[in-house]
Amino acid sequence: MEVEGKSILKGIDLKVEEGETVILFGPNGVGKSTLFMALMGFPKYRVKKGRILFKGKEITALAPAERAQLGIGMSFQRPPSIKGIKLRGLSEIINSGAENGDRILRYAQLLKLESHLERDINMGFSGGEVKRSEIFQLLLQNPSLSLIDEPESGVDIENISVLGQALKRLLHKQDRLNRRTNSGIIITHTGLILNYLNADRGHMLIDGCLTCSGNAREIFELIQKRGYKECQQCMKRK
Amino acid sequence: MPAVHEEEIEARDRKKLIQVGFDVEEKERVATFTLVNDREGRGTGRPRGVELLSLAEATKKYPEAVGKHLWKLVSKDKDGFTRAAAEARPSGYFIRVREGHQAVLPLQACFFIKKERFKQRVHNLILMEKNASLNIINGCATADYVTEGQHVGVTEIYLDREATLSYTMIHDWSDEVEVRPRTGILVESGATFISNYISIKRSKITQTFPTCRLRGRNATGLFNSLIYAPEKSVYDVGARVLLEGMGSRAEVISRTISGGGKIVARGELIGMRKDIHAHLECSGMLLNDRGSIQAIPVLEAHHPDVNMSHEASVGKIAEEEIQYLMSRGIPQDRAVSLIVRGFLDTKILGLPPLLEEQVEKTIAMLEDAF
Repeated sequence: MEVEGKSILKGIDLKVEEGETVILFGPNGVGKSTLFMALMGFPKYRVKKGRILFKGKEITALAPAERAQLGIGMSFQRPPSIKGIKLRGLSEIINSGAENGDRILRYAQLLKLESHLERDINMGFSGGEVKRSEIFQLLLQNPSLSLIDEPESGVDIENISVLGQALKRLLHKQDRLNRRTNSGIIITHTGLILNYLNADRGHMLIDGCLTCSGNAREIFELIQKRGYKECQQCMKRK
Repeated sequence: MPAVHEEEIEARDRKKLIQVGFDVEEKERVATFTLVNDREGRGTGRPRGVELLSLAEATKKYPEAVGKHLWKLVSKDKDGFTRAAAEARPSGYFIRVREGHQAVLPLQACFFIKKERFKQRVHNLILMEKNASLNIINGCATADYVTEGQHVGVTEIYLDREATLSYTMIHDWSDEVEVRPRTGILVESGATFISNYISIKRSKITQTFPTCRLRGRNATGLFNSLIYAPEKSVYDVGARVLLEGMGSRAEVISRTISGGGKIVARGELIGMRKDIHAHLECSGMLLNDRGSIQAIPVLEAHHPDVNMSHEASVGKIAEEEIQYLMSRGIPQDRAVSLIVRGFLDTKILGLPPLLEEQVEKTIAMLEDAF
């Protein structure tokens, strides 16, 4: 996969099952967000080799809007601000397919965003408000696969728990295992979100390659103890 | 002035008029003026405090008042267009709002061309007496079956002390129509003039550069324009404000989008006295490489204690914003139109809710442009 002629990700082979939550670990700049951009289908992020399959269907050539309509959603690490479009306006468009109109208010309350509905999207929002707004929009979209980029970065402790609650709902964590249908891939640099949300698996992304896979919490504990350096060295040994 | 004739506002033309804010049923309007080609008409409203006549009638009825004000703010010899207007039989309105009268509902006027290659010559005169207030909505349009024409409109507006006038123009001309408004405004102490200029359709050329004199102390002049220039259209728009009164305040704000047309966004603020505040803002967005936007902000100060500033920016539509909306399941063309509509934010106009709703509807028509 390349961005503006520069190769970023190499030979990624990742499968996420229905109802599964997967954590993507890795130091800054290894291509975690790039992987999300490619999965969402942004034109700058070109898949040179390989395929992206979603619910058994190849989507490698589809535009972001088509992928979103099929059931892929993304929360951005640093979303743009958009002048003149109110968060309520966008929410109503996202929610237009749903029968239940009061979802907007309900989810806005859950994420403490009622007053933000009347503001331009992300305009003057704090770091935490931006994250809450992203997860709020994902809840409305209710995608089968959520790509969640660093939900906790720049968010204070109190609000991380708010986000954790919302993510639990989004990823059907309150349901029995066999009833969960929404899946998610979460990028986390700090791992804090794991204190609020259980994950099924963790993956380590180093220098554009997926290296380790295993229990998310164990990988996280290892990173906390020894840092990413050890992973990089281990990768070199391989 | 005769009543608005059914045959003048034909059923087939109604849609066009509604699009430029004209309320055919006159439900929420204090008074109505129509100019269809060169034929004037008046609605049924006869409000107290707001006097609406044709300029010809007013010239007979109030020769002194008209003589004192006509051709004083716009010179007959300004250019070929003002000369053409001076030579023609004047058609247009005379509006006077009596001292202290605050009209709640807007007065509406429509300037309509329904004859091919018709050259509409207009002269309007507005007198706002002390402490009077009014909203005027002017809808300017051509019939669907007309492609070519010319509209030359001279408008002279006087605001006496503490008066307020909000003057909104919504345009929907045909492809080959030439539009040349020539406007002069005189604002006395504590009075406020607000101009809103909205045009989102193709016209051959629209060229306007009103001059507003803020003569009195603490006078205010605000000029806002929202322009969308499709391919093959030319817009050369802006305003000049002379801040002559101590503590007077002016703002010239334009949001322009080129969808392939040529736009020149001008603003000229001239600070003459102490404690004046003047701000100029030109934001332009280019949707493709076929059009152009030129922002020409001019600030001129003649006193050291003035506060004058300008911001100008021209750029393309942000790809990042389009992608963001697309990731929410919104197709590309809809995402572009949402961003464009957001950019042409009607909130900057500070309109009363009724008119804001109308302007919103006009801007919403942009959805069809993509």
